[in-house]
Amino acid sequence: MKKIKSGSIAMLVSMLALWSCHKDLDRFPTNDITAEVVYKDIAGYTGVATKVYSSLALTGSFGPGSTDLAGIDAGTSDFLRLWWKAQTLSTDEAVVAWNDPGIQDFHSMNWGSTNPMLTGLYNRCMYIVSIANEFLRESTPEKLSARGITGADATLVNSYRSELRFIRAYQYWVLMDLFGNPPFITEDDRVGLTAPKQIKRADLFTYIENELKAVENEMGAPRTLPYGRADRAAAWALLSRVYLNAHIYNGGTPRYTDCITYSKRVIDAGYTLVPNYALLFLADNHRNTSENIFTIQYDGLNTQNYGGTTFIIHAQIVDGQTGVQFGVNGGWSGIRSTKNLPDLFPDNTGAADSRMIFFTGNPKEITAVSDAKQGWPSAKFKNLTSTGAAGKDPSGTFVDTDFPAFRLAEMYLNAAEAQLRGGTGITGGQALSYVNMVRRRAYRNDPTGDFTTLSLDEMIKERGRELHWEGLRRTDLIRFNLFTSGAYLWPWKGGIANGTGVAAFRTLYPIPAADLSANPNLVQNPNY
Amino acid sequence: MNAQRLLKSMMSVALLVLISTMSFAQEKVITTSGTVTDSKSGVGIPGISVTVKGTTNGTTTNSEGNFTLKVPAGSILTFTSVGFKDIEQAAEDGALFIAMEASSSNLNEIVVVGYSTVRKKDLTGSVTTVTAKDFQTGNIQSPDQLIAGKVAGVQITPNGGAPGAGSTIRIRGGSSITASNDPLIVIDGVPVDGGIAGSPNALTLINPNDIESFNILKDASATAIYGSRASNGVIIITTKKGKKGTPQWNFGTSLIVASPDYRVNVLKTDEYKKIINERGTPADIAKMGTASTDWQDQIYQTALGTDNNLSVSGALGNMPYRISGGYLNQDGILRTGNLQRITGALNLSPRLLNNHLRVDLNLKASNSKSTFADEGAIGTAIRFDPTQPVRTDKQEYGGFFEWKDAGSTSGLNTLAPNNPVGLLEQRDDRSNVNRFIGNIQLDYKFHFLPELRANLNVGGDLSKGTGTIKIPPTAASQLRGGRAGTNNEYRQENENKLLEFYLNYATDLKRLNSRIDVMAGYSYQDFKTSNFFFNDRLFDGSDNPATPDPVFDVDYPQYTLISYFGRLNYTLANKYLLTATVRSDGSSRFSEENRWGTFPSVALAWKIIEEDFMAGNKVFSDLKLRVGYGVTGQQDIGDRYAYIPRYSQAQLGTSYWFGPTTNLFPIFLPNAYNADLRWEETGQFNVGVDFGFADNKITGSLEYFHKKSKDLLFEVPIPVGSNFSNELVANIGELRVDGVELTLNFTPIRTEKSRLDLNFNATYLDREITEIRGDADPSFKGIQVGGIAGGTGNNIQILSTGYSPNAFYVYKQVYNQDGRPIEGLYEDINRDGIINQDDRYQYKKPDADIFLGFTAQYSINKFSTGFVARANLGNYVYNNVFSERGVYRQVIDPLGYLQNSVPNLLQTNFFNNQYFSDYYVQNASFLRMDNINFGYDFGNVFGKKTSLRATANIQNAFVITNYEGIDPEVQGIDNQYYPRPRTYTLGLNLGF
Repeated sequence: MKKIKSGSIAMLVSMLALWSCHKDLDRFPTNDITAEVVYKDIAGYTGVATKVYSSLALTGSFGPGSTDLAGIDAGTSDFLRLWWKAQTLSTDEAVVAWNDPGIQDFHSMNWGSTNPMLTGLYNRCMYIVSIANEFLRESTPEKLSARGITGADATLVNSYRSELRFIRAYQYWVLMDLFGNPPFITEDDRVGLTAPKQIKRADLFTYIENELKAVENEMGAPRTLPYGRADRAAAWALLSRVYLNAHIYNGGTPRYTDCITYSKRVIDAGYTLVPNYALLFLADNHRNTSENIFTIQYDGLNTQNYGGTTFIIHAQIVDGQTGVQFGVNGGWSGIRSTKNLPDLFPDNTGAADSRMIFFTGNPKEITAVSDAKQGWPSAKFKNLTSTGAAGKDPSGTFVDTDFPAFRLAEMYLNAAEAQLRGGTGITGGQALSYVNMVRRRAYRNDPTGDFTTLSLDEMIKERGRELHWEGLRRTDLIRFNLFTSGAYLWPWKGGIANGTGVAAFRTLYPIPAADLSANPNLVQNPNY
Repeated sequence: MNAQRLLKSMMSVALLVLISTMSFAQEKVITTSGTVTDSKSGVGIPGISVTVKGTTNGTTTNSEGNFTLKVPAGSILTFTSVGFKDIEQAAEDGALFIAMEASSSNLNEIVVVGYSTVRKKDLTGSVTTVTAKDFQTGNIQSPDQLIAGKVAGVQITPNGGAPGAGSTIRIRGGSSITASNDPLIVIDGVPVDGGIAGSPNALTLINPNDIESFNILKDASATAIYGSRASNGVIIITTKKGKKGTPQWNFGTSLIVASPDYRVNVLKTDEYKKIINERGTPADIAKMGTASTDWQDQIYQTALGTDNNLSVSGALGNMPYRISGGYLNQDGILRTGNLQRITGALNLSPRLLNNHLRVDLNLKASNSKSTFADEGAIGTAIRFDPTQPVRTDKQEYGGFFEWKDAGSTSGLNTLAPNNPVGLLEQRDDRSNVNRFIGNIQLDYKFHFLPELRANLNVGGDLSKGTGTIKIPPTAASQLRGGRAGTNNEYRQENENKLLEFYLNYATDLKRLNSRIDVMAGYSYQDFKTSNFFFNDRLFDGSDNPATPDPVFDVDYPQYTLISYFGRLNYTLANKYLLTATVRSDGSSRFSEENRWGTFPSVALAWKIIEEDFMAGNKVFSDLKLRVGYGVTGQQDIGDRYAYIPRYSQAQLGTSYWFGPTTNLFPIFLPNAYNADLRWEETGQFNVGVDFGFADNKITGSLEYFHKKSKDLLFEVPIPVGSNFSNELVANIGELRVDGVELTLNFTPIRTEKSRLDLNFNATYLDREITEIRGDADPSFKGIQVGGIAGGTGNNIQILSTGYSPNAFYVYKQVYNQDGRPIEGLYEDINRDGIINQDDRYQYKKPDADIFLGFTAQYSINKFSTGFVARANLGNYVYNNVFSERGVYRQVIDPLGYLQNSVPNLLQTNFFNNQYFSDYYVQNASFLRMDNINFGYDFGNVFGKKTSLRATANIQNAFVITNYEGIDPEVQGIDNQYYPRPRTYTLGLNLGF
């Protein structure tokens, strides 16, 4: 009995000690780390910088089924897939057979503020901005010196800073181009639940312009950084694109001369067109550094997700084609071009213009968008290498093909168009020769394809031939005032088989309703 | 924090007193003490009056049923109480065990509430007790099914018919939206938590045959003592304990036959062929085979099972014990599925120190081995082409018919469904789960101050689940994915710890004609999970080169709750009862500033029947009014670290590289976090009347409750750009629940030979989201949830202000003159001239407005029979099988294969999928005959001490509903539902 008593007493005394102790309420996850641990050395800075880059390509960081975003199907949530759809499916370049929520709205041009694809894209761009900001907050000179990051390591971190500012500007360009007046945050804003302020499209134009000019000299010289990282040519290429469309963004002031200036900086930086157009879109296209300025990188084993080029390549394979022809395990029977795109080419075989890479086995006319056996899909993106071998993923699911976000050919076309529209800095003859360099490559060095004069009408067609399915069509059509108007029709434009014009306000997408509700600072775009 | 400090200091003082008294305690020879228990349940009865016969010397038993009295040697003690038959017993020096038999009414049932027991008639809160005699019978694999349909306000919805599949339990409709809506389940004083990998359901690891009673705490005044985890009600499960007397053996065995009688109605082969012949191209028609295969016949089977239980209970001296073992072996109606479960339980309840120290030791161990059938076969069997044979005469794909595509890498059509029989037969998916729940509870009654008790409860809940999934490389599912088979393992472990201590002081204040009962306590709970990560392996055991290895081998998510709690019960003149509780909880899920929450409650009860003015009334045999209000807390969100700013390391495979050669860096990414997270709170008001008529032949209660949850832990869209995600769990939003519950018990026949008991319960529920955000933009309709099959990323439900949670979010279908839906034609709800996403509207909801339970049990002589039926009214289901399969486009699939459809296709004639039409939202009100049972007592067939009883059961006997899908209880979205069988059980029970 005495034993029991003393045992009980010991137990009770030990409990007295236990309950004063609340430190067990401080729990921290096993495999996660604090900011101080991440940024203790250069590997951590590289890791976070890589996250920002990878967010252009990937849906999430925890396997191909993961996503950084909420409220959207994981496989649909990457930057490239969403941006590509918003820029391509709304135009003459493609229709899709599927019924994913909101996807048919692109053809019908009747999207609303709850469209999940547009909401996803907006959220993705802002996500990339927010993690770029996080890096910038954690890499100030004060923080670097406090953490003992010095010498070459500090130099590398500073280079990352400028590159991530470029990526942030690139994302703000997408937001400005598609949504006009997005929320605006920089590294000066804190992480929490505070609603960001909205920025006007014209002010955002100025911000992007200043930001790119501020970082261009901080970034690595062209073609000096490891492939995949952004150097100053990427900033110039983005400036070229922004200036070409400046009047759309800033309320009507053209900046064609600036466009020529920055296009030319890229052109003069040592890039060359690769001799064979088809090589640009293959599994080993990372070897084409002579033309690619900035790419979104994929790798079938290491950069796996269901968006990006994995999406483009699978989705364009329809009945009549096989996965083997593209180095993948099969098709998703989704995307085909409207007839307008192949009709830009002189013949259907590609005999004259090597850019005519389409699957022509099915009827060209599309009488039902949902029938993937109608229409000619572009077949230029492939998961085959230049020697015809399939990509690395043995299961044939994920592809290796990098996506050219900026490449030299666009710079030639931008400069030429800017000159044609009244910009100075190059002559009309130079402009013509720029375009003909692009066409000469397309015509396998056959000069019969050369233009003798340039016209705006031919420029928009040439951009379709050269840059189709590279995510620029909507922006281009808006600049040529062909996107919404009835002056230019394609099958199923506005939801009508023969096409119809729609209201001009649809040159801007709506601010997503979810954010309008969460953020009282936001005002919706007109007419939405 | 103040309440917490007060409680803490009170308890510290009390502990010191306790320690000092214990040290000086000595036995007195003229002290008699003991425990008064309910003869049925064995649970201590509080408030029994104990007097020395012929004197006024006496006392009453405390809340545990214990008493101590100093008496002259040779005295006779009288034990009396309303509702129990009187007992006289000679006083002894030492412990007495008195078992009192209840008289007719159930008002003396002992109800287990948090950290205490009370008699039903002294309850102030809304608590329902279901004991073993009222449980559902037949083949019960998971304890929750014992009380389905038995309790007003409690919905037990089975999660399908897989062996061991549990149920979704909702008490009063659930108080949360994003956070958990599951009630807290406490088994013998140990709160149990969560599931474990490899087990169909956490509760399946408890043998239902070991359970003595369920006590369901519904309103906040009853649950607030469990504060932190009580917002969705508390279920206290008590297992059977040993009883004094000669050892009682019991052996039960049953044979179970589960019949797959509920199927999805698909097109007959001839109807299907007609469609292909009429609509297909010659190439499509050529794809048809010559067989006529009913694919559902091929995947389902009549499944056999057996359930065997052996137990012995008795007492070794002052130590009652019960030992039991059970073995369940149940095949699934989906072929290849099986569950084998071995359970063992040991209860010891010795009384020591001259009955001053009660010890309760409860140990439960179980092992379950599951073989999981590939449930993907359920969906593919519905759609697989009925003209194709199950097997071909070729060796490829394990001999199964599969859709081919000569142009693909594998030779198979990548997107076509896999042969359902192949899915079943080529998958070997086995798990092994061990669980151990144990606790020891010490209850010490102070020698010098018997009104004061100290109670210490230390327990643990340990489980470990492992499993492997093997699929050979010849399986089409593997070839389609381009991999050489699968041989993967998984492993998860849970380690939950509990330490609780409380002091209880109870005494009669005779001058005030009152009784007071005070309790204060402390609780520490820790939950730790170990998740192990394994490499993705091919069938031969080698690593899959296409899948990168996991970065970490293991992860240990953990959280801790520390609580201080107190309760005051005050009874005046045995008519007016007051219960007040307070609990202060700290959760590791919140930052130090927001960590602690205080949850009070108060309840009053008035036993009107005890009033003088009721003395002569002939109508009522019982009448009591209860009113209560309390606040409970909720912190159970999935992420255990949501408030902490932190970085994670990315998985390999989702890496990114720079440079011409593969040059991978470990990616670090900042996680979204909400530093301001704090407790979600639910305030609940309850008013109830308990009544009895005609000498309690009719008893019942009627209750109204109103719940309001605020600061909901709600995953909502946040201002984009403000954090590292676009949605985050924040304390945003409010939810309102109103409800009425009616319980009626009627015993029209109560004679020596026969008895008929009828029980009816009805619940009305109304749940509404009253706020998501303060500044909602009108164009924002809500948060879309409820993913469906078909398309990519389609959601059919929405969380909207002003609507029931998970309302369906659909287009309004336009119909033609014949009442047929017109394909693709919807109403322009917002009248803006275009039909787009903005024209979807909130329509109906999956929750029932009213749910009902009926039980009838009749016995005459040795024969008994009865039934349990349940009904739901006003619940709707989105028929995803119809919306996905019921279109021509899916029959002649553009992806190069043919698929079967449902007869609904012939009604709509839809060509393309119209996923968002409200046409597919169907009324799923139903009446289900849950259980029909028969029993016969053979009596002492093998000798005097034996008893033999035979039983027969039909479960899920029939369902009356207008719902056209497989089962109206699919909970919102009907898609690939594992059908519940009709189950026949024959049982024999032998006592000796």
